[in-house]
Amino acid sequence: MNVYAPILVLLALGAAFAIFSVTLTSFTGPKRYNRAKRDAYECGIDPTPQPVGGGHFPVKYYLTAMLFIVFDIEIVFLYPWAVAFDKLALFGLIEMLIFIGTVLVVYAYVWRRRGLEWE
Amino acid sequence: MSSSTFGNDPWWIVLIKVVAIFAILVLLTLFTIWWERRVVARMQNRIGPNRVGPFGLLQSLMDGIKLALKEEIIPRTAHMAVYWIAPVISASMAFVAFAVIPLGPNVSMFGVETALQLTDFPVSVLYVIAIASIGIYGIVLAGWASGSTYPLLGGLRSSAQMISYEIAMSLSFVAVFLYAGSMSTSAIVAAQEPIWYCVILLPSFLIYATAMVGETNRAPFDLPEAEGELVGGFHTEYSSLKFALFFLAEYINMVTVSALATTLFLGGWRAPWPISIWEGANSGWWPILWFLVKVQLFIFAFIWLRGTLPRLRYDQFMKFGWKFLIPASIAWIVIVAVARVVRNEFAFNTQQLLFLAAGVLALILIIGWILSVRASRKAEDARIDEEERLGQPFDPFAGGFPVPPLPGQEFTYTSRRAAARTPDTEVTDA
Repeated sequence: MNVYAPILVLLALGAAFAIFSVTLTSFTGPKRYNRAKRDAYECGIDPTPQPVGGGHFPVKYYLTAMLFIVFDIEIVFLYPWAVAFDKLALFGLIEMLIFIGTVLVVYAYVWRRRGLEWE
Repeated sequence: MSSSTFGNDPWWIVLIKVVAIFAILVLLTLFTIWWERRVVARMQNRIGPNRVGPFGLLQSLMDGIKLALKEEIIPRTAHMAVYWIAPVISASMAFVAFAVIPLGPNVSMFGVETALQLTDFPVSVLYVIAIASIGIYGIVLAGWASGSTYPLLGGLRSSAQMISYEIAMSLSFVAVFLYAGSMSTSAIVAAQEPIWYCVILLPSFLIYATAMVGETNRAPFDLPEAEGELVGGFHTEYSSLKFALFFLAEYINMVTVSALATTLFLGGWRAPWPISIWEGANSGWWPILWFLVKVQLFIFAFIWLRGTLPRLRYDQFMKFGWKFLIPASIAWIVIVAVARVVRNEFAFNTQQLLFLAAGVLALILIIGWILSVRASRKAEDARIDEEERLGQPFDPFAGGFPVPPLPGQEFTYTSRRAAARTPDTEVTDA
């Protein structure tokens, strides 16, 4: 058997259990209709109307996501380097220090521009 | 143990292992929920659940059955398809992440030699991180699909928090891969035979231990569920078994990050020191016990943290992740890499190595001294400024509205009559 095949078996069992649980309550639970019950929960006050087409949320999250991608790419380069570290030796170290240095320039820039502050 | 052992199991062994992992995860979840309630209760001078079954052990099972018999309330504004899929993504990804965790060495199962691990391949730790990232989709989609304000905010917060701490978490693995020379979990456990990585890579371990609490949304980093601000976070609009699935996913994730910490830093299934003197400790079925004990240690730490620490503010939390954990892990990676190259490339003897270490230590101390002198000078300046500011007579109406004096500020009381006699008043009078 392929080394990845057991993962699919586990996924099948986990997903089957999850789908079973998600659908089960439709049969076992009571159903009593009530208009207020199906409102969005906002601690008892009338719910905020939902904007059509998604609405807005703070641009801050977008910035965090972009920074995450920058660092994720750094990590993707660091992993194979770390595994092959003893073969690459001094050359690999110097290369990686230059790479980390360039990412640190970006990091310092974002820090100075207050991109890491959360107001 | 080479990874060639994996991928050669007959299908029925794979099936047994899959069912066993599923059962272990569900039972551990039920146990952990009960354990957490009991321990937190003891910490708060209460007793906790003790009615259902011996010591209340069946409490969480009964809660699950009760949830199945409850009405499902779906808000009118929910996006139906995504609302149904989100808990399935969360729960199934939580199960799948556990596939590469080694529970023990090779054993004989019904006459077949096999490892106590579902599967393993050269990038298995990367696989765990990837699956954890897919699990975030479940949370974001749940928040978005509910069509309600609080879940949306909770889902966004949760995703921002998880991706921020995932960077610190992933960076803390680099030093482990560097020492083990592999990303395969069984190879990492094998590489820790001489010494556990939590000893030689202590900073990595500490960074991972912090990041894993943020990654699983647990106290003191449980901001997505901050009841005072967001009701229940992303699962506010979920009820009955759909809510139970999110709950299950959270606890399985707790078990998985603890298992990963055990595998990467605490020697995996290897017996701890006093037991490891016994020859049979690291073979056969015993290692599962050591593994579970180590995982339980982490879970107890999770509960302890919840019982002890108050929740952080969101800006403090993000600042800690981005401005402390990430630079600290990068600096530690550089230190480890440089030290290893120095050891491998240049044939220093012990004495030269000691001199080198002393030199580096001296350099660090000098830099630290210079920085601390600068910091104290700055603090002194700030103190003098503060004193000068405090020395001024306090004007309670300086900002346009009355402000009480701060500690140390002198407030000179003037009666209204005295104020009326001040020179500028006289000028207006004249």
